Amino acid sequence: MSTDSANGEANRSLPGRLRSRFEGPNTIGESRGFWVGFLVAVAALAVYPLFGDGSQLSLFMVLALLGLSLSVVWGYSGVLSFGQVVFFGIGAYTFGVVSINFATPGGITGAVVAGIVGGGVSAAILGYFMFYGGVRDVYVTIITLVSTIVLHTFMAQTAGSEWAIGEAALGGFNGMPDIPLLTLGVGGASYQFIYNPFPMRIIGIGAVEISPFYYLVLVLLVGAYLGLRALVNSDYGRVMVAVREDEDRTEMFGYNVTRVKLVVFTLGGALAGLSGVLYAARNVYIDPTVFSLLFATLPVIWVSIGGRKSLLGAIVATLAVEYLRISMAGELALVLLGALLLVTILVLPGGFVPWVHQRIVKARVGPGDSNGPDVPDAPEVSD
Amino acid sequence: MVNGINLALQFLDSFAFIVLAAAGLAIIFGIMGVINLAHGEFILIGAYTATLSVTQLGLPLVVAMVVGGLVTGLFGILTERVIISGAWPNWVSQRTLGRDIIEPLYDRLADSMVATFGLSLILTQGTRIAYGNSIDGLSTPFGPIEYGAFSYSTYRIVLAGVSIGLLLATYYLFTRTDFGMRARATIQDKETAQAMGVNTERMYMLTFGIGSALAGLTGALFAPVITMRPTLGDQFLVESFVAVVVGGPSVVLGTALSGGVLGAILAVFSNLYGTFIGRIALLVAALVALRFLPDGITGFIEQLQKRRQESE
Repeated sequence: MSTDSANGEANRSLPGRLRSRFEGPNTIGESRGFWVGFLVAVAALAVYPLFGDGSQLSLFMVLALLGLSLSVVWGYSGVLSFGQVVFFGIGAYTFGVVSINFATPGGITGAVVAGIVGGGVSAAILGYFMFYGGVRDVYVTIITLVSTIVLHTFMAQTAGSEWAIGEAALGGFNGMPDIPLLTLGVGGASYQFIYNPFPMRIIGIGAVEISPFYYLVLVLLVGAYLGLRALVNSDYGRVMVAVREDEDRTEMFGYNVTRVKLVVFTLGGALAGLSGVLYAARNVYIDPTVFSLLFATLPVIWVSIGGRKSLLGAIVATLAVEYLRISMAGELALVLLGALLLVTILVLPGGFVPWVHQRIVKARVGPGDSNGPDVPDAPEVSD
Repeated sequence: MVNGINLALQFLDSFAFIVLAAAGLAIIFGIMGVINLAHGEFILIGAYTATLSVTQLGLPLVVAMVVGGLVTGLFGILTERVIISGAWPNWVSQRTLGRDIIEPLYDRLADSMVATFGLSLILTQGTRIAYGNSIDGLSTPFGPIEYGAFSYSTYRIVLAGVSIGLLLATYYLFTRTDFGMRARATIQDKETAQAMGVNTERMYMLTFGIGSALAGLTGALFAPVITMRPTLGDQFLVESFVAVVVGGPSVVLGTALSGGVLGAILAVFSNLYGTFIGRIALLVAALVALRFLPDGITGFIEQLQKRRQESE
């Protein structure tokens, strides 16, 4: 730790000042080594599609946004929302409905915004009733869980032709097909991101086609991570964490705890909505399974395993768990997932990523390593 | 008039369903501060055990139901020892690593939810792997009763009677017996209860066992009227959670009252507008109840009593 702070003091150059915005007591990874590792990881993600299956990884990154939204709500403000998929699904359906009705580039761009706003507004409404109604702790969890189930029941019975908004039929269990391809921009100044291979000539590899959607998601994910890092390390972030640690005491200090919770919940809803928009756009299809109990609990699983008080943990665990889940798509997958979750909560309640981080810090501050520079490795991001 | 009978029967049915679904959950939550998200799967264990006892072992239905309750109760005790209190893993780790590896989940609400959810995933999928997507169900006993142009399943009326009987028995157990006194002492003040010689660990274990047994019995009782599939626990989830939230801190009274109120709402709305609107009405009722009675019905009653005592 001492070497880190000494580094921070000495390093007041531009990157140093830039870094300080993203560092603070509420996130792990304060060392130069971490940021080097971070850049390496982002670079690795950027070149990954040249060698591997980028389309699957893009799905995992979309879901990582959903994981992030739960991490900020649960891990940083102490509100365990079992219903992040409600806002995810509302975002996805809103995007579908609006983009089907206005299938022009401008309309689709508007649909993206509508999806994000839809997620945020639905979270704000539910959050208003809960937090201003004095609903606390586990009751919030139960209400969000119940809303998920109710929405699942609702969307599943919208099969009839009377369940259509404009030209978009909700379609019940069959879902909503034919969502227009994701296009951002207006009129001629627009770009279409899905199934739109972008030919590129790379020295040493030759001509390759890369997916613009993958890079859109990567940019959004990195942006969301850095943005949330700046948020949780700001003064507002400190209040959020104070609310998590002790609501009554924070209230005594004159903070409006209810409003903080509502704001964070709304922000989480909007982020989940964005994730839902990208999910629907990627699959050009959306159906009620996004509201199912299993899907509702996946974010809780990711965030628990990765470490709920760690934004990085949410991302790493989402990618890792989803990869595991897809690659062992047999009958035992869910059993193993359940066991993994159970063991993590029981043995490692803080989650994997903070645990790994602790190991690294311990190893670094260990005897005989007092004057060396930061080791430029950060296994937190490499898995 | 006939419609009135219909409504009354439907109310009894909803009441029985809510009370039975919620009782086990409410006991475990009220006494231990643990939310058991595997509650639906405990119901599943009871239902499968009872059904398989009848179809495979040829036990009489009533015996099979008791077996269902007992097996689930034992499973609950096992769960408590291994996961909730971590007593057994810690016993092992004390002897091998020299320290505890599991911190008990008592009063760690969020963690207990997530951990028991992991358990529920394992149980649902494990059931699917072991028995496939469905097993042969039981036929509904007793047949229908007829009145006028309508008929109604006698068994469902029996269920309502059983649910009231179970409520009374639970009430008796927790208020009139030595065990109940110790259990309530444990809820109110764990340290003092320990000092007075109550083995609180054992209280927790038995309470979890009783709650689980009630869940198992619920499953066994409903086994003849629901489809036997690995996800059957899900359909109990909404009603049980809403009932616990609306009921508030007093376990038995809360469950009975919320069963009454929510049962009425469910019966009226389902009767008029169908099952889906009934469920929505249930959620809206829960939201409204929480908005105005954050501690549930019994919390509100306690407040009233306190105010009356103060004014005297």
